[in-house]
Formats: sequence, structure tokens, C-alpha cells
Amino acid sequence: MEVPNDLLYTHEHEWVRLKGNRATIGITDFAQGQLGDVVFVELPAEEAELAKENTLGVVESVKTVSDIYAPVSGKVVAINKDLETQPELVNIDPYGKGWMVEIELSNPSPDMQHLLSSDQYGNQCKNQE
Amino acid sequence: MRFIPHTEQDIREMLETIGIQNVDQLFTGIPAGLRLGDTPLRLPSALSESEVVDKLRQIQKRNPDPEEMSSFLGAGAYRHYSPAVIGSLIQRGEFSTSYTPYQAEVSQGTLQAIFEFQTMIAMLTGMDVVNASMYDGASALAEAVLMAHRINKKSEYLIASSVHPEYRQTVETYLRGTNHQLVNVPYDSTGKTDLKFILKNLNNRVSAVVLQSPNFFGIVEEYEELGKELAEQGTLLIVVVAEPLSLGILKPPGERLADIVVGEAQSFGLPVSYGGPYAGFFATREKFVRQMPGRLAGETVDRRGRRSFVLTLSTREQFIRREKATSNICTNQGLCMLAVTIYLAVMGKQGLRELALLNLSKTDYMKKKLSKIQGFEMRFSGDTFNEVVLKCPKPANQIRDALLEYKILAGLPLGSYYPELDDSLLLCATELNTVEDIDLLADKLEAV
Repeated sequence: MEVPNDLLYTHEHEWVRLKGNRATIGITDFAQGQLGDVVFVELPAEEAELAKENTLGVVESVKTVSDIYAPVSGKVVAINKDLETQPELVNIDPYGKGWMVEIELSNPSPDMQHLLSSDQYGNQCKNQE
Repeated sequence: MRFIPHTEQDIREMLETIGIQNVDQLFTGIPAGLRLGDTPLRLPSALSESEVVDKLRQIQKRNPDPEEMSSFLGAGAYRHYSPAVIGSLIQRGEFSTSYTPYQAEVSQGTLQAIFEFQTMIAMLTGMDVVNASMYDGASALAEAVLMAHRINKKSEYLIASSVHPEYRQTVETYLRGTNHQLVNVPYDSTGKTDLKFILKNLNNRVSAVVLQSPNFFGIVEEYEELGKELAEQGTLLIVVVAEPLSLGILKPPGERLADIVVGEAQSFGLPVSYGGPYAGFFATREKFVRQMPGRLAGETVDRRGRRSFVLTLSTREQFIRREKATSNICTNQGLCMLAVTIYLAVMGKQGLRELALLNLSKTDYMKKKLSKIQGFEMRFSGDTFNEVVLKCPKPANQIRDALLEYKILAGLPLGSYYPELDDSLLLCATELNTVEDIDLLADKLEAV
């Protein structure tokens, strides 16, 4: 199981890559492994305003459906349109080509206390296995 | 076994929790005069089984025997001949549950029937995907309206007044307590929906436009160009079909840019039967499939490569998504849907077309015959299928009542649904109305 140390994580298995006032969001390697083959990803519209901890989208696998929650508040500036036709990218490359949305942070220096480091997240997953 | 799982102790604990002494106190909101209390019910003395059957037969006789009546009633419930094969096949043990399968994949026969139902309705409506059926046409329409909102998040609907009034009531019921808004679209002198009104009132808040064709007045709507205009606003087109036999000869709504097509399948082998149980159908475009309510059967292959059937896209449904499910429909009209499937298979493409043409010619004959009577005329000038609105020289319900004496059910007086059509009868002629029946109807109308 891969947990890159340059990312931040949520308890609900989203990852966040921060770059300036933008955050890219996806689901973790652990999450995709638990879900199994992803068959559909529903993402928000571009320009949509997201509030922290609200539903951002939905990941559907052959056995279940899970909500994806916004780890930070902001406006959606890009969505990964490749997932419309290739949802399996979430399984193949969760931290790369399987990214989901890019958000412009509403607060340029947001409170990140609720997010986990790679070590903290790695430990959480070990406990859940 | 009584299906009351509470023990005395459970009941005591529950009463304590809500802070009352006894169960009777739960009913204090009902005025004392209306409560039975300790007064015994005044019931007649017990009867033997044969006496009960006899009693029920007496009650039954108070209804007119539909077989002895000459009926011109339609209005959403249509009399058609139902081949005997339907009754014998749906009673086979293999199909002996009226319900949707929960341990679905062991019921391959039922799943195959659902798959065939979906396929045939998709062909008739010209749509990509169809679900395993809904309760009836009215609730299918209400679900279509909710689905339009799920797709475009808008909350205003333009609904033609010529959509079956009871379907509209059902939509209103589903939307009660929400901030959704229904706007009624008027009809014109042809009996068609005023498309200009729709275009005038179209804006980016409108989620969907709802049309019925043939509409409640039996008039075939023409909406070829409407879909394009709606698409520009992100508005969906919902088309309702209450008499699906019309699809035997009319261009499918799917070819006329409908986004959702719903309707009532009763015409296909189900008895009129006091208004139910019927089977609704629900069809849409593939791109909207995840927003569609209800169950879906899909075709696949098993481990050994043999054709088999599964329930698919279940991840939209309640048992997986709980409160976030697409809808609260987790079932279908198993038995009625099966009857419809057998009916369509028996009739075939050609049979359905011929039957539709027969309905059309019977109705055309009725139209000509009734138009000739002094004082009566066709209320609308639009094209019809198997129903027409007849304008009468006096209140329509008086005429209906007068003809009951001759065992003629002279259609539906429209006044209770449309006060402005108080002088009009909605009459339907199917393959079961003979030319003699129609001639007699005309004679008696003339004499009224």
C-alpha cells in the first residue's frame, strides 16, 4: 500500500496535494483497494463552491458506492474528465492519473489541523486492515 | 403467531420513556366521541363460508356487469382483448411470486422476463434504457419529475394541462412540502398543448417540460422542434404515454427528442379492474441511467459463458445507498409486468400495429357518426388515436346518466376535471367496441 509523504490525508481516505492556493484531491491507494474495481465516478461541476466536509462526488465500484468529501473549502477549478470514460484510473494510479478535482482555496492559508500526515494516515489504515 | 413483538415490559419501558401512563393516552388527540372505547362494534352475527360467498355475490350484483355494458370509457384505463395465453402462463409455478426477486440471480426466469419487458418497451418508446417497471403511469411520472431535478438541479416544471389530471395530482402529491413549482400549460382549440406558452415561459430555472401524447383529450401532440429549444436551456423533455397501444403506429417519443418517457402499460394485457394493479414503465437515455429510479435487469454470461441475467446498477438503490439512494423504489410490478411482456410477445410488431390501426379506424368511424348528430360536435380539431372529446348540447353528466339506462357507458364527463368542459364527454373506442355498439350510441345520443 502506497502512502506518499508529500500529501495530506483525511480520515475518510481522501488525499490532498497543496500547491499555492490550489488543492488537488483524490482517493487513496488503500481506499481504491477496499472499493474494488471502480466503474463510475461522479464529480461536481466546474465552478461549484465546495464547503469543507460536504460531499464532493461519488465513487461507484462493482460492490458499493462511496461519497467523497471535500477536505478543504473552495471553488472547483478543474475536474478529471478522463474518469468519465476511464474510471479504472482510480484503481491503476490513485495519486496520479486518478486525481478527481482541483480546488481553488477560499482561504489561502486554511486551517489544516483536521488533515493527517502520511505517517498518521498510514497508521490509521494499518488499524483498519 | 401474532406479529406483535412487544412484551409487556417493552411496552412499559416505551411508555415511561415518552412519559405517559398507558397506551390509551396515545389517542387523546382523537375526540372522545369518535373513539370506540369500550363500546362493542355493532357487527352482524357470524355467517358460514357459503353464506358469505352468497352475501358477497349479492353485493357484487349492485355493480353493473361490465360484460353486459357497452363501454366507451377510456381516460387512462383501456379495454382491450387479452389473449388467454397470458392467464395460463402467468399462473405457472415458476413465476408464482408477484414480487421483484430479492435473491435475484436464482430467479433467472423472472429476470429474463424483466429483461425482455425492458427491451420491448425500449423498442416501443425509442429510448436506450428502461427499468423493470413502476407501480403505474401516475407514479412513474412523479418519479420522472424527481429525476429531472436530480439531473439538472432545477425546480420549476411546465406541465401540460392535457396530461391526465390524476397523474398531475400524483406529481403534486410527490412535490408537496418542497420548493418545487408546477406551472400548468394551457391547451388550444385543437386540443393540443400551447407550445408558444412553453417557449414564452421557458427560462433557465425550468427543469422539465411534461407533455402527454396522445393527451388526455385523445389528441396527438406535435412536439418535433420543442426538444431542441429545451436542450438550449438545459431543460428536459418528459413525455407521458397513457395509451401505449398508440406506439404501434405513432413515431416513438425517443425519436422526438424526449429525455424521459414514462407511461402506463395496462393496455397490454391487463384488465381495467377498478383502476389497478397496473404497471408503469420508465424509459430514459443511457447518459441518465444512474439517476433513474427502480430496478434494472441486465444480460451477461456466467462462468461457463452461458447467457444469463442479473440485476444491475443496484448501487443506486436503497439497500446499498440508504438515504442517498436515487429513489425509494426498490421493487417492480412483477406479475403485471410479466403479463405485459407475454402480451407484447404474443402480439408481435405486426400484431400491435394492426391492432393500433383497428383502434384508429373504430374511433374514426365513431367520430364521423357522432359529428353528424344535431347539436353535437367534436370539441377539438387535432388528430386523434382512440379517444375523442364530444361537445354536447347539455351538461355531459346528464347525458351520461341518461344513456346508462340503455346499458351504455357513454364515456367520461370532463366537467369534474375541467370546469370549462362541463358540456363535454371523453369517449374511447377500441377493438372491443363493435360498429353496432357505436351506431347504438349515436342513436341514443340523438334521442337524448
